[in-house]
Amino acid sequence: MSSILLIEQALNGLQFGVMLFLMAAGLTLIFGVMGLINLAHGSLFMIGAFAAATVAAATGSFLLALAASLAAAAVAGVIVEVVVIRRLYDRDHLDQVLATFALILIFSEGTRWVFGSFPLFLDRPDWLSGSVMLPFGIRYSLYRLAIILVGLAVAAALFLMISRTRIGIQIRAGENDREMIGALGVNISLLYTLVFALGAALAGFAGALIGAIQSVQVGMGEPVLILAFVVIVIGGIGSIKGAFIGSILVGMTDTLGRSLLPALFGLFMDPAAATSVGASLASMSIYILMAGVLLFRPKGLFGGT
Amino acid sequence: MTLKSMIAAAAFAALAGGAQADVKVGMITTLSGGGAGLGLDVRDGFLLALKQSGRDDIEMIIEDDQQKPDVAVQIADRMIQAEDVDVLTGIIWSNLAMAVVPGAVAQGKIYLSPNAGPSALAGKGCHPNYFNVAWQNDNLHEAAGAYANSAGYTNSFILAPNYPAGQDALTGYKRFYEGELSGEVYTKLGQTDYAAEIAQIRASGADSVFFFLPGGMGISFLKQYADSGVDIPLIGPAFSFDQGILQAVGDAALGVVNTSQWAKDLDNPANAAFVESFEAEYGRLPSLYASQGFDTGNLMISALDKAEVSDVEGFRAALKAADFASTRGDFAFGPNNHPIQDIYVREVIKEGDIYTNKTIGVAIENHADAYAAECGM
Repeated sequence: MSSILLIEQALNGLQFGVMLFLMAAGLTLIFGVMGLINLAHGSLFMIGAFAAATVAAATGSFLLALAASLAAAAVAGVIVEVVVIRRLYDRDHLDQVLATFALILIFSEGTRWVFGSFPLFLDRPDWLSGSVMLPFGIRYSLYRLAIILVGLAVAAALFLMISRTRIGIQIRAGENDREMIGALGVNISLLYTLVFALGAALAGFAGALIGAIQSVQVGMGEPVLILAFVVIVIGGIGSIKGAFIGSILVGMTDTLGRSLLPALFGLFMDPAAATSVGASLASMSIYILMAGVLLFRPKGLFGGT
Repeated sequence: MTLKSMIAAAAFAALAGGAQADVKVGMITTLSGGGAGLGLDVRDGFLLALKQSGRDDIEMIIEDDQQKPDVAVQIADRMIQAEDVDVLTGIIWSNLAMAVVPGAVAQGKIYLSPNAGPSALAGKGCHPNYFNVAWQNDNLHEAAGAYANSAGYTNSFILAPNYPAGQDALTGYKRFYEGELSGEVYTKLGQTDYAAEIAQIRASGADSVFFFLPGGMGISFLKQYADSGVDIPLIGPAFSFDQGILQAVGDAALGVVNTSQWAKDLDNPANAAFVESFEAEYGRLPSLYASQGFDTGNLMISALDKAEVSDVEGFRAALKAADFASTRGDFAFGPNNHPIQDIYVREVIKEGDIYTNKTIGVAIENHADAYAAECGM
């Protein structure tokens, strides 16, 4: 395997990781601050993609579509938080899982009612189509490069918000001691709604970005949701930094595993067997990574003490 | 829809006063979740055939299997034991068919498959009560291999998800394709990102890419393939290019060659009438799944015209004769009750604002499946 191909695959892994981060960041914030397991996070991803596809079809503008995805997912997040989630904070995790799983079903069938059973069309904008020449003669898709840059920018903004702003301090305080910040006069229920809306908006944004190069269809959020859970378990629950490192690790492991493992087994096995063994092992690779991390760091990489 | 069609059918049956023998048909298909488009098309095609026949003695019971084998088995048990249906049909997915069909035919019911054709049911597991009106799973892939030969391709990169139907797809392609392979990749089932595979294709030096990625996987792959700027020609079975998903792929699918036993523009009177009446009835173009549902309905009606459903031997013989006007032109059953039919090569084009397929040739004529010899029926 040439080094150019290897670098291209590493970029693909980075892009995949950055997308995962947008999903995992919201999930880990919601879990860290509110102690809530939100299975419906994948549905918010789907809502973002559907909103973007609808607005793009109506207006033809990709930027408006992205804005719509943020808005639609945030609004859906607020509604869900106020109507359902608020009643679940004091309940058992099992109740939360049950209720948010019900939300997945409601959102999926609701979306099917409104948009029908056939996938929607959403394409990358013309000004981001085609490929660019990077140093060392690497051709790379412009759109994927843009995803990497946008994702890194969002990650930087989140870091600054959590570490430098007043709301960030409240979020961190909320993770440590919920009752105490309530006693200090912070409106905890508003804070929860805000965090939930922020997480939802990030998920919707990810849905729109990725929907342009994937299939916009009912149920598109659930495969990503599973990976996002793997990410936050690896990174440590509640930690944005952990979510970022975990996302990049998972993205890299998955992408490089898929491309390198079959070739690696091909060195000492016949090609057909190597392909199938390599493919099977590649699909396990991120779970092996997770098990390995948990073996040495049971609370994840940045899971606190 | 389920309730409405049941009430309508029941009302017609009551009007007929029970003078004619009633036939109960149980349809188990996927009407919710991500795979619902396929089930909807099969159902709508089947109901259209019933409507056009003008028969009022057929009662339809339609249930959603949610694409889950356990749910499908429960529905089948209920239909067989409590509702006492005569004919079962509708299942889209091979794993669901494997869960339902052997039990149903063993209990003496007739099963007409409008889509799934797993090899196990074509070979050793064949049964006189099981008729496949679509294809054996390998057929369209075999045709793609045959097409690659005739197009002069000698170095293919092949790609499918790592599950039984994906492995059958690559086996089917290799059964007919005579050239070299520059790469063979199994992806994860349900995978949505193909950047790693596309990078391998770019580096492989292949002259053609064969891929089997049904549903959303195909949409994702085609969009990303177009985005990557790799211009090696693609070949695939019709499953990634049906009318339902082409609109979601858009320009990325234009010019891609795919193999199918049916196309909208096949030149026979039955097909022309079908395409026109389907569009008039439902306001959308039919897909190959709709054509399969329509053919299944018409096959059943042709057999009901000849024999009572209670006369098992006679009804089976009437089905086997396949004496109906298929939308695919010539249609006959082989010894294992699977189709012998032409498989066509289509190309994705744009007609006005609509993406659709245009027939450009025949990949294999009178193609039967590879498992018929194993069937001891």
